[in-house]
Amino acid sequence: MLEFLKMGGYAAYVWPSYGLAALVLWLNWYLPCKQHDNELRQLKRRKKAEKK
Amino acid sequence: MFLWFHKLGSPPHFYRIAGKWIPWLGWIFLLLLAAGLYGGLVEAPPDYQQGESYRIIFVHVPAAWMSLFVYVVMAVCWAVIIIWHMKLAEVVLISSAPIGASFTFLALVTGSLWGKPMWGTYWVWDARLTSELILLFLYLGIIGLHNAIEDKRTAGRAVAILALVGVVNIPIIHYSVEWWHSLHQGPTVTKFDKPSIHWSMLLPLLLMALAFQVYYVLALFQRCRAELLRRERNHKWVGEL
Repeated sequence: MLEFLKMGGYAAYVWPSYGLAALVLWLNWYLPCKQHDNELRQLKRRKKAEKK
Repeated sequence: MFLWFHKLGSPPHFYRIAGKWIPWLGWIFLLLLAAGLYGGLVEAPPDYQQGESYRIIFVHVPAAWMSLFVYVVMAVCWAVIIIWHMKLAEVVLISSAPIGASFTFLALVTGSLWGKPMWGTYWVWDARLTSELILLFLYLGIIGLHNAIEDKRTAGRAVAILALVGVVNIPIIHYSVEWWHSLHQGPTVTKFDKPSIHWSMLLPLLLMALAFQVYYVLALFQRCRAELLRRERNHKWVGEL
């Protein structure tokens, strides 16, 4: 396991690459989801306001 | 066929279909990613010259391929906008830009993380690296231009033209390693004869590339859905959600 994490001495280059990839993929998913939910929430609020 | 095309272009229809596809695409992506990572990090042997450091390719190469692919999608959107005046194409174009930009960024950073141990430097101003950097600026320019124009229909057309002009950069990036002497290695996969990469490395690479491809569609759908809601908030179909 430790051998695997060491990546033959290239750990300092390999793991940051994978880390950054994970971060980029996660953000590209998370941010639009948040924006989408925000829009839906605003929509609900507007609907409520119209009813009153 | 035309009817199908026309229907797909309608925002409420697309919104619904995309919402249905997202969970499926999500599972396919995760499966491909798991298989690709296992193959790339565990199964594939170390490279005889580059040792373990070459494992960066499994994120670097798919990210770089996608950075080009997404840009080509945006240029195709330009044609759809010009020929059919399809609103959805504007949404797809502008929703692709941040995804493409982040793939480009990822390709550049992972490339320089690979370059340091292999070439001895994080960065050189050679053809491949510089043209990829220009691609990043093109993406950022498109996002900036879109944000700067208030009317989104005008903005859509303006960025479409910028996307088209920038497409000249795509073959330059692709062939840069052949046209100029570059520190970057030549193509090992997209050769016309046999790829000069062993299948134990090629297979995970292709799996990862496929995973990134599915991921792009996934992220694009979600971004388009949010953008559609924002643009069409006063339309009837949004009110009915």
